[in-house]
Amino acid sequence: MLITSIAAAQPSGKEILDRIDQNMSAESRYVKSKMIIHGPRTSRTIESETWAAGESAFTEYLAPARERGTKMLKLEDQLWIFSPATDRTIQLSGHLLRQSVMGSDLSYEDMMEDPDLASKYDAVVTGSETVDDRECWIVEMHAKTEDVAYQKRKLWVDRQRFIPLKEELYAKSGQLLKKTELSDIQQHGSRWYPGRIVYKDMLKTGSGTEFIVDEISFDVEIPEYLLSKAALR
Amino acid sequence: MLRFYLKGLFRDRSRSLLPIIVVTIGVTLVVLANSWVTGVLEDMVVFNARFATGHVKIMSRSYFENRSQQPNDLALIGTSALMASLKSEYPEMQWVERIQFGGLVDVPDENGETRTQGPGGGMAVDLLSDESREIERLNLEKSLVKGRIPQTPFEIILSDQFAGKLEVEPGDTVTLISSTMYGAMSITNFTVSGTIKFGTAALDRGGMVADISGIRQALDMTDATGEILGYFPSGEYDDVEAASFAAAFNEKYSNPQDEFSPVMATLREQSNMSGFLDLIDYFKGIIVTIFVVVMSIVLWNSGLLGGLRRYGEMGLRMAIGEEKGHIYRSLIIESVFIGLAGSVIGTLFGLFFSSLMARGIDISGMMQNSTMMMQGVMKAKITPAAYYLGFFPGLIATVLGTVLAGIGIYKRQTAQLFKELQA
Repeated sequence: MLITSIAAAQPSGKEILDRIDQNMSAESRYVKSKMIIHGPRTSRTIESETWAAGESAFTEYLAPARERGTKMLKLEDQLWIFSPATDRTIQLSGHLLRQSVMGSDLSYEDMMEDPDLASKYDAVVTGSETVDDRECWIVEMHAKTEDVAYQKRKLWVDRQRFIPLKEELYAKSGQLLKKTELSDIQQHGSRWYPGRIVYKDMLKTGSGTEFIVDEISFDVEIPEYLLSKAALR
Repeated sequence: MLRFYLKGLFRDRSRSLLPIIVVTIGVTLVVLANSWVTGVLEDMVVFNARFATGHVKIMSRSYFENRSQQPNDLALIGTSALMASLKSEYPEMQWVERIQFGGLVDVPDENGETRTQGPGGGMAVDLLSDESREIERLNLEKSLVKGRIPQTPFEIILSDQFAGKLEVEPGDTVTLISSTMYGAMSITNFTVSGTIKFGTAALDRGGMVADISGIRQALDMTDATGEILGYFPSGEYDDVEAASFAAAFNEKYSNPQDEFSPVMATLREQSNMSGFLDLIDYFKGIIVTIFVVVMSIVLWNSGLLGGLRRYGEMGLRMAIGEEKGHIYRSLIIESVFIGLAGSVIGTLFGLFFSSLMARGIDISGMMQNSTMMMQGVMKAKITPAAYYLGFFPGLIATVLGTVLAGIGIYKRQTAQLFKELQA
């Protein structure tokens, strides 16, 4: 009775973002995932492993053969890619950050985004709606600063689990740039986390990119060298 | 009678010399302007055909719609089968596969870190097959400034200006950062085999040429190509033939419901080439029209002056009973001789000056910031039209001028003639 009445009471936008961050952010995590890119003609599957801690992350691509051994390192606001075929490490900056990651609907800029929403956005609850049979708060977020990829975001947040089930990402001009749908929500200890996220870049043809979490662990020990440039080669 | 008119013209030079000089100058200018405009614009068309459009080009329907972006994600796939069909069905045509690509060219230092980088745009062509004529078609051998043509898939030629900006020499390694046809980032090492001067500012700023097999691997375009270009065996573009050829191909191969089905476009339909081709015809029309109008006015004026000078002669001829119509016709016959003489001399002068200008004028210095695909040397071209294009307007303008000036004869009153003669 008490739990139901708390869930039904409308929390503030800030409280919702804090609850989302408790679910989605962690001191560190390890993710083994599959990215299924549904292009206009074919679909491709890319497998990778990622170790992340705070604003640093290291990803190694495992498949397909063409991408195997490609490594990506993010240290705060810097991003490097190591290409084994060329034995070159390239630092990405400027417009290269807006390029698609492996042809997916995700850009490198998306990967650079700090997962901590509460520190970057102001939020207001604008309504409620049902998504996938779950009651959701509709939360509109506006960036506190200019240095974020999306100035406006609209979230449909599960009222009970405080996990977004749907999101729309907008440019400063108000143009809708991307849509995401989060599903297969699973419980990992005290947190809820999606097992499948579908990204759709609204400016691209194709049917979007599925991001499937095969394995995930939170608050894991990450060797120090993995989050340094030494890990790239 | 004709001999009579000719004698009159030769003996009274004031009746022939000035009009012949005027017609000669006019016809010379028409022939020269026509040869110059034709030469410059046709050179642009030929240059674009060789580098960009072919005489016809096959692309996927979506690629064609977005062709200004050269979108390799919309490239044709299964092109080895399509090429085989084209070669067997249209064996007289020359078919070549090309991939346009763009990206960042990154130059590493001794530690593999970025030393310098710059944006470039390139063209992948068949440089390695024995039967390929692309090296000759793109005039690559003669345009080399340093080094040599690529001999392996992962060698590249950079424009000499671009190589200078990146501070690379033949033998150095550069990394091309681009996008695969699936949109993924592509990072591929190439060895600079040589540097080249394209002769057009747009390409000289950041142009590259590499073998298509290397670029296919770099951009993950196995059995795919952005464009298939077709060239007529004569080497000359024929718009009517190209249009019927494209219509037949599209009827057979293209499916409007399938955005990735192949579609053939003629040179005219690509890269604003229709504008250039129309411009050639418009220019010729404009030059001839202006010439006829201006020359007619000048010769009308000169005929009026001649009429004034020959006022007494006309009066006398009418007084002794010559009909006005006969005098009028005799003036027109005289003008035909003048027009013929001026047009022949003018055409000869025009052809002579055009042949001098066919060697070309170097304007590359004025095109440093140009983004047009234009050659740096502009040349006149003598076409069959140059032999008659000035001739007929020269003749028409002279006769028209005389027709207008001669109308004055009909205004003379016979009753006044003897009074005029007495005066």
